[in-house]
Amino acid sequence: MSTTPAPAAHHILSVLVENRPGVLARVAGLFARRGYNIFSLAVAPTEDPMLSRITIVVDVESAPLEQVVKQLFKLIDVVKISELDPRRSVERELLMATVRVPAEDRGQVVELTNIFEGKILAVGVEAITVSLEGSPDKLDDFEELLRGYGIVELQRTGRVALPKLDREARTRPQKYGKAS
Amino acid sequence: MSEKITGAQALIRALEKEGVDTIFGLPGGCILPAYDPLLDSPIRHILVRHEQGAGHMAEGYAHVTGRPGVAMVTSGPAATNMVTPLCDAYMDSIPMVCITGQVPTGAIGTDAFQECDTVGITRSVTKHNELIMTANDIPLMVRQAFHIATTGRPGPVLLDLPKDVLQNQMTWHWPTDDEVLDSLPGYRPTLKGHPRMIKEAARLILESRQPVLYVGGGILKARAAEVLRELAELIDAPVVTTLMARGAFPDDHPLCLGMPGMHGNATAITAMQKSDLLITLGARFDDRITGKVAAFAPDAKVIHVDIDPAEQGKVRRPDVPIVGDCRLVIEEIVKAIRELLAAGEALADTSAWKSRISGWREQFPLHYSSSQPGDALKPQYCLEQLRDLSPEGTILCSGVGQHQMWSSQYWKFNEPYTWVNSGGLGTMGFSVPAAIGAKVGRPDRTVWAVDGDGCFQMTAQELVTASVERIPIKVAVLNNSYLGMVRQWQEMFYEERYSEVYLSPELPDFVKWAEAMGCVGIRVESPEEVEPAIEKANSIDDRSVVVEFRVDAGEKVFPMVPAGQSNDDVILHPEQSSRREFLR
Repeated sequence: MSTTPAPAAHHILSVLVENRPGVLARVAGLFARRGYNIFSLAVAPTEDPMLSRITIVVDVESAPLEQVVKQLFKLIDVVKISELDPRRSVERELLMATVRVPAEDRGQVVELTNIFEGKILAVGVEAITVSLEGSPDKLDDFEELLRGYGIVELQRTGRVALPKLDREARTRPQKYGKAS
Repeated sequence: MSEKITGAQALIRALEKEGVDTIFGLPGGCILPAYDPLLDSPIRHILVRHEQGAGHMAEGYAHVTGRPGVAMVTSGPAATNMVTPLCDAYMDSIPMVCITGQVPTGAIGTDAFQECDTVGITRSVTKHNELIMTANDIPLMVRQAFHIATTGRPGPVLLDLPKDVLQNQMTWHWPTDDEVLDSLPGYRPTLKGHPRMIKEAARLILESRQPVLYVGGGILKARAAEVLRELAELIDAPVVTTLMARGAFPDDHPLCLGMPGMHGNATAITAMQKSDLLITLGARFDDRITGKVAAFAPDAKVIHVDIDPAEQGKVRRPDVPIVGDCRLVIEEIVKAIRELLAAGEALADTSAWKSRISGWREQFPLHYSSSQPGDALKPQYCLEQLRDLSPEGTILCSGVGQHQMWSSQYWKFNEPYTWVNSGGLGTMGFSVPAAIGAKVGRPDRTVWAVDGDGCFQMTAQELVTASVERIPIKVAVLNNSYLGMVRQWQEMFYEERYSEVYLSPELPDFVKWAEAMGCVGIRVESPEEVEPAIEKANSIDDRSVVVEFRVDAGEKVFPMVPAGQSNDDVILHPEQSSRREFLR
């Protein structure tokens, strides 16, 4: 994984898997074994308790996306894979950061957080913890501005995504269904 | 019906219900509970001398029967010893189910005695694996394992069973087919080819003037040898059979060109190179076949039939990809071609192509320099004799190296499922245990293992298993005192600087070793001893026989395409290289 911004040629795979022990290890192991790079990864249960959704941002410079998808599909626990085009999906990510800032300058960080519509999570004597949820680009900007104050700790979740709802044509995200 | 039995009883009962007749294994601490109900089961257990042997035996059994091989061993070191056979089976798509013991659930993660993360270690070398955490899950997991191992692209499946799970009581329930399918929502192999692609394939085949049927191990997995023959004869196209597919199409058929690839014959290699259409059936464009990919069959369109969608476009982009079972797809292609022919279309004229091919066959038969009186014995001669003197339907197993390539080259495979070898992984030591497994699967057949002296020393102790369990196999050790294939590479590509390839001219004494293991041992040092030794070995059927052939260490495998080079640059036998220009 890397902390630099996602390259322009990144792809988002939304992978529906059986909610079972070891699934994440299988997916991560496959990427390692085949020499593919993961840019970011987010995992959580879905509306169906039997299933989890893994959102993987793939660095496609490392391997053709088609091979990544096909190899992933061979995992028995993988139920469905959708490739989400960044232009046709909504993406969100959460950032939390603790910034070292003396009490007298705290107002500037609070103001910055408010401009970005973020939240103040905790306030200490010489530090403040803020959070921001939004598109990954917006988080990048916020992070860069915070950096000027001195970030002590930073945690980003990696992106999650769903297809954009298309109000006109019935174009659906490309799906790789197993049943045929 | 709510019968209470132990997890171990459920395991053995489930294996019986799956039709398992033989388990290859070795017990130990954590798997102990499963060995108790085994005493009351009709399943035959073959007690091996090393767990790796159990794995390769299961593979050999699966190779010749088409039924999944079953191996059962304990936890920790037994599981790690199983990694090589699992990887071997994974690379060669061999259906296999492996049962391992595990420390009790409460001890998992504590570095308990003989604990290892079996599921983690074997994840990348199995088609699927599971750690079973409650006894009630055992029947379903066993059914899933056999279903996954034998359907789609076959492969090894491992079930890891903690000791307490085997000991605990469970309520017996045998899941229905529907329950198994419902429990695997992400597993639905595609069997039927896409109708539009099949039409497209039929059309390309009709138009091709230089077709080659490129046949891989998938044909054997799909039990498609018969329909392959129907297709080949219908379109009258030459067939190459890869190392994994030897026997899928009879070597004595006029359309069979034999093996392509790094040590294939010049005709098979060149026919692929010059082809305008590769009809690829259950093959995967392995680097040993393609050589330098960018220079491989540059003018060929590609039809690629494979049950594994990930093989489509992995190495070579196909013009017509068809995901499906080879047998079903070929049947459909044959039907589509017959329809086109019935509608008045005709096959393109391939007579010029055929005559080019027969020219190559005439100019470049497999060749070695025969030995002059007083010379060392030629390994190829030994194999020719073995081939000619062995009964019809003999199953040939081999290890990995020069002897493997000579076996594939010089044997005549006229029947499917008579060739057992380690293709993808290239596992030295494969042949003796695989031959034992093959003999268990096909006790009616003569089983010869061809081995090198390097390979033999890796797994020979399983001949003790063969003797004790009364599984009579025959082993031909081509002893050149070297790691022969490595020596060949050092001679050809490292300026004859031989580094760590010389084993020993006298040690071990293979005859004494064979005798110590309960086998008959025979040493052959000169050409005139070859025939009587093989005749004697073939006449013995109450025990295993090891024939040591002391062969010429300088003999190399030809032709050869050096790794990473173009198939156009195949190195011919020195006595044929002056004819190189005919390879056009």
